[in-house]
Parts: sequence; C-alpha cells; structure tokens
Amino acid sequence: MGVLELIQSLEGHKGRVWNVCWHPSGETLASCGEDKSIRIWMHDKSKWVIKSILLEGHSRTIREVSWSPCGNYIASCSFDATVAIWDQKSGQFECNTTLEGHENEVKSISWSTSGQLLATCSRDKSVWVWEVTDDDYECAAVINAHTQDVKKVRWHPEKDILASASYDDTVKIFKEDTSSSDFICVATLASHTSTVWSLSFDKTGNRLVTCSDDQTLKIWHQYEPGNEMGIPTPDNEPVWKCVCTLSGYHSRTVYDVDWCKLTGLIVTSCGDDVIRVFREEDDSDVHQPTFSLVCKLDNAHTQDVNCSQWNPVTPGLIASCSDDGTVKLWSYSD
Amino acid sequence: MSRPLDNPNPKIYPKLEEKLSVNEQIEDIPRNADAVDARRVFELLRNITDPEHPLTLEQLNVVEQRLIEVDNEKNQINVQFTPTIPHCSMATLIGLSIRTQLIRKISPKFKVSVTVTPGTHVSEAAVNKQLGDKERVAAALENEFLCNVIEQCLESTEES
Repeated sequence: MGVLELIQSLEGHKGRVWNVCWHPSGETLASCGEDKSIRIWMHDKSKWVIKSILLEGHSRTIREVSWSPCGNYIASCSFDATVAIWDQKSGQFECNTTLEGHENEVKSISWSTSGQLLATCSRDKSVWVWEVTDDDYECAAVINAHTQDVKKVRWHPEKDILASASYDDTVKIFKEDTSSSDFICVATLASHTSTVWSLSFDKTGNRLVTCSDDQTLKIWHQYEPGNEMGIPTPDNEPVWKCVCTLSGYHSRTVYDVDWCKLTGLIVTSCGDDVIRVFREEDDSDVHQPTFSLVCKLDNAHTQDVNCSQWNPVTPGLIASCSDDGTVKLWSYSD
Repeated sequence: MSRPLDNPNPKIYPKLEEKLSVNEQIEDIPRNADAVDARRVFELLRNITDPEHPLTLEQLNVVEQRLIEVDNEKNQINVQFTPTIPHCSMATLIGLSIRTQLIRKISPKFKVSVTVTPGTHVSEAAVNKQLGDKERVAAALENEFLCNVIEQCLESTEES
C-alpha cells in the first residue's frame, strides 16, 4: 500500500474551497472558493506561502480556476455567470477581460493544450468554446448537447477534442466539424447512474476516467474506426466504451478525479472526506483493465474533499481542497 | 403571492406540546446541548414555516421525528420529509429550508441528507437529486430571492 504524507496545510480561505490548479511549472498553485477570492501560493525555501490574493473579479462563488498552458494567464469561472481572465502584464495579476454569455452559474473552465481554445460550461446546460487570439476572446461555438447542468469540461491532452460531464449522468465528446467549423458532439458516454462530477484524460488521451454521484469511477477506452478489436464505429467516429467500473470503494459522491500524466496514478476526492489513490495493475489488459486501490487516507480533510490534483512536474505531489476551508499538499509514495 | 395555492386546505396535525404532558417535555430535552439525536434535529426543524401557509412543518406533518435518523458514529443525519400533496411545487423549497437550517445549526462534521419520504411525491427522484447536489444548493443559497423566501420560512424557528 502507498502512503500519503501531509506536507502542509494552507489556511486563508474563508468557507468552502472549491478548486485548486497547479501552474504548468509546478511551482505555484491557485485556489478558489466561496469567499470570491483566488489565492496564489508559491513554494519559497521550505514552505508554501501566499503570494497574492485576487479579489473583485467576481461577485459570487468562484467555482474553478485554470492556468493557461503558457502559465501567464489564469481563467476563473463563477456562479455570477461570468468568466474572468487574469494577466500579470502590470507586474501583478489583474482581471482585464470578462467573458459573458452564459445564462447562469459557470461551473468549469479548461484551456486546450495549444492555449488557443478555452471551454466553459454552465448550469444553463451549454458548453461554450472560445477562440483566443492575442488577448481577444471570441465565442466559436455554443453547444447545447446536454439536457442538464454541465459540471465539468476538459480538453484532450494533445488534440482539440473536448469532453464534458453533466448532471444528466452522461459524458459527451466534442470536436470541430471540418466542413462547418462548428463543434459537434461525436460521442455520448452513458453508464453512470447519477451526476458525473468530473473527468480526466490519461496522458495519451485515448482513455478517460470519470467520477460520479453514483459513487463509482469508470474507465473509458477510445476505439478508432478499423480498430483491431472489431468494435463497430458506425459514424466513422471513434467510439468510447466503458471498460472498467470501480465500485465499492467510495462511500459518498466522488467530486473529482485526476489521472496523473507522469505516473499514471488516479486520485479521487470524495464527500466522505477521504482521498484515495488507484493504480493500474501491471498485467492489466488495456481492453479490460484492472485497477487497485493503493492508498486510502481517512479524514484527509474534516469535510468533503472537492478537488485533488497531481502536480504536473513533481511526481506524487498532490494538492487538495475541501469544504473545511483548507488547501492541503500531500506527498504520495509507494 | 397571487398564484393559486398548491394545497389550499391542508390537514393540520397537533404539535408536540399538545401531545406530550409537561413532565415528558422536560425529560425529553437533552441535557448536553451538543448531543445530537433525532429529537434535537426535530426541534430544529419543526417550527419552520411552510412557504404557503402560516403553519409549521410539524403541524402539516411534513417533518416527523420518526423520519429523522441520526448516526453519531458515522456522523450522518438523514431527514425524510413528506410533502402535503404528491405534486407539491414547493417540495424543493421546503427541502432547501430544512437543509439550510441544518447547515446553520448542526456541526459541519455531520453529513446531512434531506430526501422526500419514498412514494410521497411525483418528482421524488428529481427533488432528491437537486437537494443532494451541494453545488446547486450553494448556488441557490446565493440567490437573493430564494434566500429571502427561506429566511421567512426559518424566521419562526428563532423564537424559542
């Protein structure tokens, strides 16, 4: 079994902390929450310290923050129905762009790997794709494919393929239609029996892990047209199949999942206050994979864990945040 | 409000005071104010006002002590509430009032679930899903209009 060791607890937020996001360099962390602030934490000598507090970008809860792939921008989304883009051209972070359009709460935000596309999703059931050119943000698509509140959007690690998770219990995959240059839904992943809260691609982008209010994790595998397994691809589009369901491990809603691009480990954040780490078994068949629970830390937080994210540079380093108002840093070792 | 009432003539049930003798009332109050049991949770909820009527959830039999479960070992509280009629459009709002009261009055270590008593509402699953989604509950509680309505429902719980 692996071990999660607490490195430091970062205090400062008032109330629930909804989300944390690592800077691409792995040396800075952003967090956000109910108190309408974004806090930037930096590693300084042996400790993590607060570097800045960003205020006045939003009038309601900030649900998610995301660093651009270049590391120069932070995008944040809020229950106030807006998205804010923060840059540090003046030397410190300032909100110089606000994106409007969603009818109500914006739940999630994600930059494509190129940094040229930004996706947002909302309780208004829509997913928006914004085109980014030199600080100019233009709405490229409004996708109304879900029938309920959309909880999470995430881009493929390499391609301009987008995945979204929803209160309608499904995950959908979108890509740009070359003829109309519009984003279209190319796959619907149905298997969860309640809200899908989050999702994460593996490093290749050929697999996806999803987590849900139904207390399970699911692993999905993408089968391209002409795949050797003979999986039919009727519309000549890749088909996503659920190849593994991890049930019986979580005792409440699973709010977040992150698949580490460095180590292949999966970390989950659960409403039972526990952080869990899963590892794919060595002899696992890719078409019928087996994952085992390698670490379960009870009372990682004193309330629901909302988000846990692997550091993109340092293997095994995790940041988590909770309804208990804290952000915690952990080191995972086998 | 000008809209017609969902349930214009609800059945009214006796309050706890009317059912218990004076001695029983004194005996039933927990000595340790921090101890949480079904009775204490019921005390917190029974005087919430119905959004449609100047009556309490206890008087309308929307909340009952027997439908409250407290597990101190697992830090879990399950409250079932019974809408007065199966197509009550106020069900989510009532559930939200119950949830808000518990968020305010009960230690955050407790995991609280608020659900419709099985078989008592036509949209039971949808109402339960909505009330179980803490993100939507949080967003609702930031909505000024909804918040005001809930405050009115909870005002009456502060008297005793």
